Amino acid sequence: MSGGLHRRDLVKELVKGRDKNTLMLSGLGSPCWDLNNAGDVPENFYIWGAMGGAAMIGYGVARAQPDKRVIVLTGDGEMLMGMGAFASIANFPVRNLAIVVLDNGRFGETGGQKTHTSTGVTDLAGIAKASGIATTATITQESEIAKLKELAFKTPGPVVAVAKVQYEKLKFVLPANSGGYLKDRFRNAILGVDRAQM
Amino acid sequence: MTDTKLDWPADVHKVLRDEGITEVAMVPDAGHSRLIELCEGDNDISLVTMTTEEEGIHMLSGVYLGGAKGVMLLQSSGVGNIMNSLAMPNTCRIPILMIVTMRGEWGEFNSWQVPMGQGTPGCLEAMGVRVLRVDQAEEIAPAVKAASRLAFDGQQMVAVLISQKVLGFKDFRELAR
Repeated sequence: MSGGLHRRDLVKELVKGRDKNTLMLSGLGSPCWDLNNAGDVPENFYIWGAMGGAAMIGYGVARAQPDKRVIVLTGDGEMLMGMGAFASIANFPVRNLAIVVLDNGRFGETGGQKTHTSTGVTDLAGIAKASGIATTATITQESEIAKLKELAFKTPGPVVAVAKVQYEKLKFVLPANSGGYLKDRFRNAILGVDRAQM
Repeated sequence: MTDTKLDWPADVHKVLRDEGITEVAMVPDAGHSRLIELCEGDNDISLVTMTTEEEGIHMLSGVYLGGAKGVMLLQSSGVGNIMNSLAMPNTCRIPILMIVTMRGEWGEFNSWQVPMGQGTPGCLEAMGVRVLRVDQAEEIAPAVKAASRLAFDGQQMVAVLISQKVLGFKDFRELAR
């Protein structure tokens, strides 16, 4: 079931915890608009497509950058499409990855159709836990936002934290969408131009 | 398995090492089994098993964003699973290297393998993947090396397709006896 949290406020609060060693990737749709709205930096990578892939893309970054904290922001629709990622990540774990699912129970970009989490039948944090993810949690209220920040930034990974947010129709806050630009910007920021362009 | 004396998986393993590949994502196939064992025994290479092949393309996209190089090992049926995952490396010009063992094309005993096996080159090419086909054991390692250069220097998605001619085909009547 969707909860009472406001996703834009939640993501704004979340990014206050970041530093240069934080890499954030957002899954297609609303998480991209949320992350861009909270502040565009080169250490953000906006995944505009490849639905179902955000967790594994972030996992790949985390494998290649073990000294950085990698936070994936995604939605319930996307996470439901790629649930096998929980099992793969749990079996080959990394300590620097947190997956934050902004769960509004809806396919937000396509008309607000209900997802399998909408009525509480399907529990994404429960699936992550049963898949073997070390730390899982479901956040439903504002008093738990500090806990969410702790999970996202500090708790040894892999972490899956599901935040129950309202279904809201919000303005799209569009980031750059050129894949080549976003890739080079991200790699240049974390590798340095000389290494990134070789 | 192949009846050739050539140990092509050992040669491919050496190429992967020489090319600086440190991440191997895979959904296993019998044709990849020796290469998988060699990678498992290599402390410089991390092998990650996927529940489905698109996870591997996603992971390798992230691995490259993070500054490392990887390869995906899969069989032709798995190529059908990765189509939309190729959208990101395609539009971002992220290098992707795949080694695909073929089914469904050369003496295949299982009709269910035929549709995806026959469709594999066309599906890959439709998504912008450069396809290198090999049907001789001695060509595999050089093809993987060329594919790696084309991928990581040429910023392309590249798949090496290893024919069932090399891998040998199973006779299901033999297996059922």
